[in-house]
Amino acid sequence: MRNRTKAQEYLTAFVMLLPYILSFCVFFAYPLVKAFIISFQNFSFLGDAPPNFVGLANYKEALTNKMFLDSILNTLYYSVLVVPTQLIIALILAVVVNDKVKFKEFFRTTYYLPTVTSPVAVSIIFLFLYKTDGLVNQILSHIGITPRNWFNEPSFVMPAIVTVAVWGSVGFYMVTFLSGLSTIPDQLYEAAEVEGAGEFIKLVKITVPLLKPMIFFNTVVSFISTLQMFDLSYIIGGSDGGPMGKAMTMVVMIYRTAFKEFNMGVASAMAFVVFGIIFLLTLIQRKLFGEEMSY
Amino acid sequence: MQKKENTYGIGVKIVLYTICILWALITLVPYLIAVITSLKPVEDVTKFSVDFGKLSFSSYKYITTEFPFMRWLFNSFVVAVAVTVGNLLFNSMAAYALARLNFPFKKVVFYIIIGTMMIPGQVLLIPIYLILNKLGWIDSYKGLIIPWLVSAFYIFFMRQYFLTIPKDLEEAALIDGLSRFGIFFKIFLPLSLPALATQAIFIFVGNWNSFMWPSIIASSEELYTLPVGLNSFYGQYYQFWNQVLAGAILLSLPTIIVFVAFQKYFVRGIVTTGLKE
Repeated sequence: MRNRTKAQEYLTAFVMLLPYILSFCVFFAYPLVKAFIISFQNFSFLGDAPPNFVGLANYKEALTNKMFLDSILNTLYYSVLVVPTQLIIALILAVVVNDKVKFKEFFRTTYYLPTVTSPVAVSIIFLFLYKTDGLVNQILSHIGITPRNWFNEPSFVMPAIVTVAVWGSVGFYMVTFLSGLSTIPDQLYEAAEVEGAGEFIKLVKITVPLLKPMIFFNTVVSFISTLQMFDLSYIIGGSDGGPMGKAMTMVVMIYRTAFKEFNMGVASAMAFVVFGIIFLLTLIQRKLFGEEMSY
Repeated sequence: MQKKENTYGIGVKIVLYTICILWALITLVPYLIAVITSLKPVEDVTKFSVDFGKLSFSSYKYITTEFPFMRWLFNSFVVAVAVTVGNLLFNSMAAYALARLNFPFKKVVFYIIIGTMMIPGQVLLIPIYLILNKLGWIDSYKGLIIPWLVSAFYIFFMRQYFLTIPKDLEEAALIDGLSRFGIFFKIFLPLSLPALATQAIFIFVGNWNSFMWPSIIASSEELYTLPVGLNSFYGQYYQFWNQVLAGAILLSLPTIIVFVAFQKYFVRGIVTTGLKE
């Protein structure tokens, strides 16, 4: 009897896990192994020849491809601009709307809207706003800045995309900061007030230090997501990476190599290089912020 | 609370409200300009001023009747709804097994689920494409839907939620002769409505906005989802900004409506998934 119920429980568990197991095998485990194998193969989707083993040739080709190396630098440049900018703005907004301002629900809702808006729609709206004769330039020309097509100039395209990315995702990080703020006990602030601390002192001495784990968590999440940026760069810059390839990111490069040039082997090698970069940078971040914050 | 409000000096208040209003403007003005421009005739799109007499819905009418926008909208709905329903059922089932049942290798399965979340998706993109190609699922609803029916992250999320449901409830039901599946459908799912709502909204919005995968899988125009369709429309008709922006509004509206209607779940979802239980 006991054995029967045990067997029954195993069977139930198996049936309930079956969709996950199938999906894991077909869309995760097998592809992961396959991707690794393809990265060592001469695998052109268009060619008739069967794939053959080429050793590290794909990795060599990837790492000597100027466009791919540039895409790594472009992506890092993008990350370094986006991560601090969006976290600082998100933190300021969270502190402000966490306070006793009127209509804070309205402000919170508003700030979150870009986060649920399709990156395609967001890109298109900003393509319109940043046009040479667009509204941003019309406003800027009043303060003496020459109108330019922000997305069409090599030195401006990435910073311009950064503004779009920050606009699009600040709301998400604001909400995570809000959840962190809600865990800080009020008594701490009250005690500081008794001591005569002003708003700024409370912010620097209480809020920021106590939010440190949340800041770390958001930095990692934000950093990983910027390293995987695809949509904005692809929609704004196309598969050529915009003016002089300055908007080309690592993932757009993988996409281009795999699905425009159908060079699956090299694209897979690039994907593993990107994986390695993300892994390495996450480890470094972990070391920098200290081990005790193991979120 | 009353006391605290009084302690704010006027200077602090000015700073707080300036920041609030400034960012609200930065957020809302682009939408506002997009909506107004989508209502303008094409010759007025770059004019700063608005001639209210000339505003009309004609670009919306034009793109939805002369171009397959309605078809793309329909595709987006079918795919996003199917993916959402699949995730709600399959993730909860797996989560129930992990939270409440005993079976061999339970720990291993759990760690695999956690581990899969750490692999960046781009690594899997190419082989999944090749598998779907072999199955003949490229350019089909199957290819757009089936790879996304299960999510490791939300299995984890639902498991955490199920762990908070009291065991007594379940034992009573077992003694009453309810099967495990009965318990799952009649007790656990109804008790988990807030968690299910959170998951549903995130999965729906995420899938609705997804761009890379549909642009790889949907190669014929009839199978485009709205983001893919709009991007290709923009590529050809970029000078018709009133129509392009009408398309962008059409694409944004459903997720904005879902968000505003269910925002309490959104915030709770981020709070509970961002923090440990």
